[in-house]
Amino acid sequence: MHIPDGYLGPSTCIALYGGAAPFWYIALRRMKKALHTRMVPLLSLFSAFSFIVMMFNLPLPGGTTGHAVGVGIATIVLGPWASILAISIALVIQAVFFGDGGITSIGANCFNMAIVGSLVSYAVYRTIAGRTPIRSPRRVAAAGIAGYIAINVSALMAAIEFGIQPALYHDAAGAPLYAPYPLHIAIPAMMIGHLTIAGLAELVISAGVVAYLQRAEPGMLRATAPGARTEEDFSHPALKPLWTALALMMILTPIGILAAGTAWGEWTPRELAHAPVGLQHLASFWTAPMPRYAPLFLRSPSFGYMLSAMVGTGLIILVFLAVGRAAGRRPD
Amino acid sequence: MKAGFVEGTIGSLLAASEYAATAEQVAAAGGALQRVDPRVKAAGLFALIAAVALSRSLTAIGCVFVAAILLALASGIDPRLLARLVWIPVLFFTGAIALPAIFLTPGTPAFGFGGIAVTVQGIRSAGFLIARAETAATLSALLALTTPWPWVMKALRSLGCPIVLVAILGMTFRYIFVILRTAAEMFESRKSRTVGHLEPADRRRLAASAAGVLMSKSLHLSGDVHLAMQSRGFRGEVYVLHDFHMRTADWWWLSGFVLMTAAAIWFGG
Repeated sequence: MHIPDGYLGPSTCIALYGGAAPFWYIALRRMKKALHTRMVPLLSLFSAFSFIVMMFNLPLPGGTTGHAVGVGIATIVLGPWASILAISIALVIQAVFFGDGGITSIGANCFNMAIVGSLVSYAVYRTIAGRTPIRSPRRVAAAGIAGYIAINVSALMAAIEFGIQPALYHDAAGAPLYAPYPLHIAIPAMMIGHLTIAGLAELVISAGVVAYLQRAEPGMLRATAPGARTEEDFSHPALKPLWTALALMMILTPIGILAAGTAWGEWTPRELAHAPVGLQHLASFWTAPMPRYAPLFLRSPSFGYMLSAMVGTGLIILVFLAVGRAAGRRPD
Repeated sequence: MKAGFVEGTIGSLLAASEYAATAEQVAAAGGALQRVDPRVKAAGLFALIAAVALSRSLTAIGCVFVAAILLALASGIDPRLLARLVWIPVLFFTGAIALPAIFLTPGTPAFGFGGIAVTVQGIRSAGFLIARAETAATLSALLALTTPWPWVMKALRSLGCPIVLVAILGMTFRYIFVILRTAAEMFESRKSRTVGHLEPADRRRLAASAAGVLMSKSLHLSGDVHLAMQSRGFRGEVYVLHDFHMRTADWWWLSGFVLMTAAAIWFGG
């Protein structure tokens, strides 16, 4: 999608430089304010990373390979404004030093991939991911879809820019002077490759890196997840077996009814032949709301056992949550 | 492991390193363009690229292309190197895009080809696309091959590019090679540890985790670099030293570039 020199006419190039300039200006101001001295090293290193990621030969379903731009993952980790700058810088170096993309079309390439790509990625990712926890599988799907849609919208922009060239620039005999194909050819020709190969490459890298970061460095996904719910600790994969075991134990609590006799040392005065006077006196001092794990309003002792297990477990969890909150610990 | 994915990525990474090494080697060698003040060279070559973009004459674009080849020869750049790095890749890419235009562009039939008419307008249109892409890419390569990147940055600063952008561009370029080497080593080590065939899903997972690890390393490195910069007194202000001085020869080169650009625009208008 890197448009070389000679494909776009002068006024299109100038218009797209002009269209990109306010975004660069706003992004630079925002980054300077937010990062101050960190801006230069952070953007430099991330631009260098974006440059390298564009060289990855990504294996795609169907056996082919493709290159991604990395705009989806850059937006998710850095936010849209920093992503605009990081991808733009990578594109400028590609054009000026490596000859990948034209000098006159730097504005167009940055507008299509860095600006439109970042903003579309951000909008799609935030919309789909919503306030789901950082480790939610929905965020992986959101990242993949955001990358896929962003790269296709960028490609559509490029296709439109190509497609209007024959109408804007042609000689007296009707020969197009720049990109030669009108919209009805340029759009399908561009989109077929992006809807299949390039889009999938972006989907694979965006979803794959988000899945990796969820496991390895979830903190890096916080920039674009401001309202992410924090119940993730309760649905954390490592805790799932413990929750399952707890639920199973609650269900199995009525098994205790099958046992003959009573638990050693837990006798009531009536169960003892010669109950001490002190025990008889203190036994009536406190009456539990659910005596013998059987609430008075329930006829089924099995259900009473289960209900007691649930209430007891719930109370213990509540106590620990309250203590955690009081100690200032966040569940994440 | 199936050949292709890891090898292809390592190949891409090494090709970028090789290109940079070649550029450094050519820039260090003596030659006409290597001796020109980088500000004059950058402004002159960018102006010629703009003239090529503006031109409506194939002859004018052809003349600029010939001038670019002469400049390359005077700068000790082997045309075979230009062919390998620029002309052949551009011809393959742009040629593939331009080829259908000779059939699809409506106009006066020039000759028939298997029952399909090739039009005069189509040939002319394809010619414009290829000529512009080849000439602009050659001029762009002349700048990259004859000027060390820090000088290009200083030249951009002199030409009015915001100083903070110049600093970021300069630092990005330096760290591209650090990350490039890290990425190449990661893939090499993975390749040496892998026996047998990786399933497509595993290859995708490997690529994604490699990108994730690389991103994490880049962000951590940016923190280290930031601390190093701060410890050396960096407080957010960027300064670039200007040590370029225009010599008489540079003024002649400037006049030459102005004349060539004006001629290309005049005859191509």
